[in-house]
Parts: sequence; structure tokens; C-alpha cells
Amino acid sequence: MQIQKTNLYNYHKNLGAKFVSFAGYEMPIQYSEGIVKEHISTRTYAGFFDVSHMGQFYISGENIEDALEKIIPTDLKGLKENQSKYSFLLNDKGGVIDDLIITRREKGFCIILNAGCKENDIKQISKQLNDNHKFHLCTQTSLIALQGPKSAEILENYVKGVSSLKFMQGGTFDFINEKIYVTRSGYTGEDGFEIAVLNTQAELLLKKLIESKVKPIGLGARDTLRLEAGLCLYGHELNEEINPIEANLKWAIGKKRREEGGFNGWEKIKENLEKGSLKLRVGILPEGKIIAREGAKIFSTDDKEIGVVTSGTFGPSVNVPVAMGYVNSSYSEIGTKIKLEVRGKKHEAKVAVLPFYKKSYAR
Amino acid sequence: MSEKKFSKKHEWVAVEGDIATIGITKHATEMLGDIVFVEVPEKGKVVEQNGQAAVVESTKAASDVYSPISGEVIENNASIVDDPSSVNSDPEGVSWFFKIKIKNNSELDNLMSKTDYDKFVAENPN
Repeated sequence: MQIQKTNLYNYHKNLGAKFVSFAGYEMPIQYSEGIVKEHISTRTYAGFFDVSHMGQFYISGENIEDALEKIIPTDLKGLKENQSKYSFLLNDKGGVIDDLIITRREKGFCIILNAGCKENDIKQISKQLNDNHKFHLCTQTSLIALQGPKSAEILENYVKGVSSLKFMQGGTFDFINEKIYVTRSGYTGEDGFEIAVLNTQAELLLKKLIESKVKPIGLGARDTLRLEAGLCLYGHELNEEINPIEANLKWAIGKKRREEGGFNGWEKIKENLEKGSLKLRVGILPEGKIIAREGAKIFSTDDKEIGVVTSGTFGPSVNVPVAMGYVNSSYSEIGTKIKLEVRGKKHEAKVAVLPFYKKSYAR
Repeated sequence: MSEKKFSKKHEWVAVEGDIATIGITKHATEMLGDIVFVEVPEKGKVVEQNGQAAVVESTKAASDVYSPISGEVIENNASIVDDPSSVNSDPEGVSWFFKIKIKNNSELDNLMSKTDYDKFVAENPN
């Protein structure tokens, strides 16, 4: 497969980005200041992220809600125009094909999909569709996330009205002489926006943000930010073998759909809801400085293997190592003492509250 | 202290008598990024040439640090364990990793001079 680049590749290069290949794209892992400074800038001021590698999938047509509700367990009929929800595509066993953000637009829906999953996602969604449904993956617009406590104040200077958006709400706004679509959302645990801007205007937007002292942020800090915020990353906390109940994402399904079902894997999910699931996603705080990364085995205090770490790093804002992983449900209570195996040695840790870092969103 | 010698795995060695001080190079820290965890070998541990001796972790990943020469560890640098970020600020100075009693001086012959190492890095940037 040929490695792809986003429209902003050269712009990143000029900003001093170091690149890695991620989900088939050559993406900035960090810029000259490095991951820790980028992370702190986002938490204390604001940072921008090029997330144009993600799929911007538009879908519409008669009774499109019925088709999508078979594969997405969100109450789409009850979703108002310009409202967004975090959800997933589910397989027959209730396993997660991808996690996503879905927004009701004037016509149909826009779904933001993970870069590495988007081709398969479209195949899976297509199975639910008929000839009356239309869809396309938009490549005319770049997707920029602006995250951090100063985001609203800064973006308001260039895009009038955005600061009045509530969390998980979107709208069309004017930028220079074109329209842009902005949602108040993100994946860092900070207030912020995701902005769909025409490729031809994307650099101009970034230049304005840089003028306002917003820093460019790479995938490295994106990972430490989302991990501190206790958010799942597909391929790590989520995959086709894990269902949303195990992933502790029951809240994302919504009461109506949980009770009425009618989506892929509902039987399995219902069973998990009624009887509890065998394993659960938890937050993990190691006792010392040791960093337990993906794949580290988790043991009980009496040395029974009880799970595995799915993500782990050092959290620059909480200033301690943090991790997430799956443990047998009987060990999932907050405060439970566990051990993590790192380089052949077992280290003390405990099950901890997620998120590790908490910030209030604009509501 | 003698002039530093360098390994292809980006460690440096400084020799004084039969004692060698070992650390990682500036180039290594630039490749690693922000260092957030360091593990150094215990005093008394016997390390082999090119054998794993210490661990350094950035926010991105964990990497092994190898000993460029064989010997017995006589001292380790606890201050870099307490403050891993100090390795980024002064990797070839105060932030050395460990000291060993040299077992075999001839192993030093396999290492590069500063000039050769800089050339090696320029030819192998990653």
C-alpha cells in the first residue's frame, strides 16, 4: 500500500515536524519542542492537530437512520441537527469495528472514522444500505482539531460565533469568504473544536492560529493527552473482539437503544448488561515510576494472571505513569491492588478512576 | 579523563584508569525525545560487551541501553533515575548512566572516536 500524505504535509515539514507512518499516512509524531511541551501547551493554552487522515464520511437518503441504526447503537432518530454523539460500528458479536463521532447535518449525517479503519468501515456500512442511499468520503476538506482552554477565545477571533457552541454541537460558520463546519469536540480531555475547512484554506487557518501562539501538536502528544483523559484508541482499547460494555462505554449506547436493541450484536450486549461482562476496561496507576506499556501482563496480588495493559505512558500533566487495560471483572473495583509485569519483574499498581486528568467542558 | 569513545548503538564511554563511565549520546536523546523513565544497573552487576545494561523510556517507547564494553558495575547515577529529563539536558555530562571496572581494555578498540561517530550519525540519521 502506498503511504499517503495529508494536504498539510509540507506545511508540517516547514514547522519542523518529525514524521511516522500511522494508519497508512505519513503523519507528524512531534514538532521541534517535543511531546511533553506540546502536551503541556495543549492543557494550559491551546494546540492544533491535523486530523485530516481520519475519514470524513457523509451519508444521506430516505430512512437513512434505520439503516445506520442497525450498525450504530446510538439513537440517531432522536439526534437533532448539528448534534454529535460518540459511538461505534458493531459486528454481529457486538465487537467494535470502529469508534466514531456522528453528527446530524442538514442532509443526513457526517461520520468521522479512524484512518486505519475507514475502508473497511465503508464496506460494513454499505451492507446496510439500498439504492436510495448516497454516501461519499470527503477529501475536499482538511480536518483540524483545536484543543485547549484558550481554544474558544482564539477561534472566535477568526470564526465569529463559534464560542457559543455547546459541547458536542456543531454549525456552519464564515471563514474569510468561505463556509466552514465546526463542532465543539475533540479527543484530549480539553475544551476545543474540530474544524472542517477547505483544503485551499487550511494553511491560512493554521497561520492565523500560529499568530495567536497556538502550537502544532503531533500524534505523540495526542496519545498522552487522550490517555490522561481516559479515552479509548482503536486497535488498543478497542477491537472486533471487545464489546462496548467490556470497554466501559455503556453510556455511549443510550438507554433507549440498550432497551430496544435492533442493532448488530445486541443479544451479546444485552447478556453483558444483565450478567456483567467477564473483563472490563480500567484505569491503572503504577505505584512507582515504572511505565507499563501495551502488552504488559496484569497479575493479582496472589500472582494469578488477570489481564493485560492496552496503553501505557508517562502522563505529563498528572506527572506520573498512567495506563489502561483489561482485567477480570472481579478485579475492576477502584483501588484494587494489582501487579504489572515489566521486563520480567512484577511491579505494584492499583486500579484507578478514569479519567486521570479531568477538565470541564463547555455545556 | 581520556577522550570519549562511541558505539554504533549511541552510547559513549570515558575511561579513567581502569574505570569507564558510560552514558548515551546527545544524538540518542534527540532520537528518543522526552525521557520520562530511566533504569540503571545495580552495583555489582556484571555487564557484557553489547549486553543490555540499562533502560531508557520516552513518552513514546522503551529502549535498552547496552554496555559498549564488559565489566562490573561499581556505581550508578541515581540522580537520572530521580529526574529522567536531566538526560535530555546534559546526556554527555552530568547525566551519565553507570561506571564499570573494565574487564578487557582491548574492547575499547572496537569503538569510534568523536569524529568517526559524528560521521556515522550523519550517514545513519535514524
